[in-house]
Amino acid sequence: MRRRPATFRKFLNTFVVGVSGFSALVGLFFLGWILLEVVLKGASALSIGFFTKLPAPPGVPGGGLANAIVGTILMTALAVLIGVPLGILGGVYLSEFGEDSKIASTIRFASNVLMGTPSIIVGVFIYAIMVYPIGHFSGYAGAVSLAVIMLPVVVRTTEDMLRMVPNALRESALALGAPRWKVTFQVVFRGAKSGLLTGVLLAIARVSGETAPLLFTALNSPFWMKSLFGPTANLTVTIFNYAMSPYKDWQRQAWGASLLIMAGVLSVTIISRLYLRGRNKR
Amino acid sequence: MALTQTSPPSLPGAPSGVPGFPPSSPPESPRGRGDTLFRWVTVASAVLVPLLILGLFISLTDLSMPSIRHFGLRFVVSNAWNPVKHDFGALSSIYGTLVSTLIAMVIAMPLGLAIAFFLVELIPPGFGRIIGGAIELLAAIPSIIFGMWGLFVFAPYMADHVQPFLARIGGNLPLFQGPPMGIGMLTAGVILALMILPFITSVTSDVFRMVPVQLKESAYGMGSTTFEVARKVTLRYGFDGIVGAGFLGLGRALGETMAVTFVIGNSHKISASLFTGANTIASTLANEFTEASDPLYLSSLVELGLILLFITVFVEILSRLWLGRMKKKSGRRV
Repeated sequence: MRRRPATFRKFLNTFVVGVSGFSALVGLFFLGWILLEVVLKGASALSIGFFTKLPAPPGVPGGGLANAIVGTILMTALAVLIGVPLGILGGVYLSEFGEDSKIASTIRFASNVLMGTPSIIVGVFIYAIMVYPIGHFSGYAGAVSLAVIMLPVVVRTTEDMLRMVPNALRESALALGAPRWKVTFQVVFRGAKSGLLTGVLLAIARVSGETAPLLFTALNSPFWMKSLFGPTANLTVTIFNYAMSPYKDWQRQAWGASLLIMAGVLSVTIISRLYLRGRNKR
Repeated sequence: MALTQTSPPSLPGAPSGVPGFPPSSPPESPRGRGDTLFRWVTVASAVLVPLLILGLFISLTDLSMPSIRHFGLRFVVSNAWNPVKHDFGALSSIYGTLVSTLIAMVIAMPLGLAIAFFLVELIPPGFGRIIGGAIELLAAIPSIIFGMWGLFVFAPYMADHVQPFLARIGGNLPLFQGPPMGIGMLTAGVILALMILPFITSVTSDVFRMVPVQLKESAYGMGSTTFEVARKVTLRYGFDGIVGAGFLGLGRALGETMAVTFVIGNSHKISASLFTGANTIASTLANEFTEASDPLYLSSLVELGLILLFITVFVEILSRLWLGRMKKKSGRRV
């Protein structure tokens, strides 16, 4: 090893420590900057009308995004109805039946790949199977694309949560003569209840801010929806359209919608993370 | 293999904690029939995941067939993008995807490593977890919020301060030529870096924490400084994991859509300067998909998507194999 004077080594050490502390500050600085701008710019756009009125044409003051708020909630809810049961059942397979088998590890691998697939590609996929053949955009297609994004996330968190339940619980229930499905739903699920719930909440937080998969599935609409069969208004695509428009009023509405989405997503994420962390400590 | 076993229920005295739990009873009894059904329902849901990936490839290939037939391999190397003349090529989008990702990696990798070093080695673990959690929050912020912030706040800042500065110190470098407009390749790369930073930081922090404490202590015992321990022990021990973290970030950056679409400027020209507008595969799709009225136009866009799918799946598989190899080496279950 090359000999270096101790003063130089100490200096280098102090320098690197300083740089790494500065890097952490940089990360926190950008987080704070983004949060601050969205809150400041968004808060001025929020009013009662924002939540109750339909979008106004450009140049006309007032107007709100009531239809988009409802559309986002409905599509997310439908995505949860599709994605969560399938995801939980898939996770049950991995943890209770598949375990270390070839099929199970293939499925695990596939969920990782699906999680890493860009959400816009999922949008193109749903366009190809649900919009192109039918001939028009629909809220259902939007919900399905969100469900596809949710599915692998729910599968993996379910598996992780169920694996934390001690095997002795399963064994004692089986020894009492309970069938496997009853053991799973009434014993294992009860043990993993809070973990499953937080996993689902995190998945919801993740998809409710998604824009790319909705661009060519749900599209957007300035009207109240009659059903989910037609183009459906939603907050994220509205943000995109309004932000790209030259109208100041619309851009202000986009900031309001951004604040709404960000506040929702971050609060759900923070609460579930804190909860998970507190539980892991016990 | 648990799937094929049909042995009687395990006894209360069976060793607990053993995976490979047999199903409860033979299929003839009514209780067994319920369980067989239950198992098949779970199998069907789980198999949906690989089927979806298969479906992705099949449907995207199917829809891009007209473009594949019409352009052939020329599509990948041609820089044309002319909806009026029905002439399309993917080169500028592929170029933009790779360059913006490269910028993001060049910024985020060292920054993520430095932050992980700070969180794990320098401050008390409690603080480390709080700051680490805050940085991970960056990953929870939806892409479109990064886009809004990037377009209305960050891009003007880049145009007023950062780009003129780079142009001054860059001199005649082709990278920093052209008017400082704010939006463009560089801004997109910086925002991408912020978006993948939390992934890189959290994986590298985990890797740093996995380094055996004895190794570090013995280095300290020989009189090493904190930095020397990090460079010669931690970095070397955790090298594989850090590469894996890089792969994860890479996968994210390649497919990131909304934030990039807001700030990259959406131009189909390839330019050496990072100040000019560019595009990525994802941003082209987001901008033009709903406007593509002509079948060949639409099919070309889908083919772009197919290329992106191949790239990201390739990167994802590579990273998982890499991480799996690493975990096997350290004797842990994946």
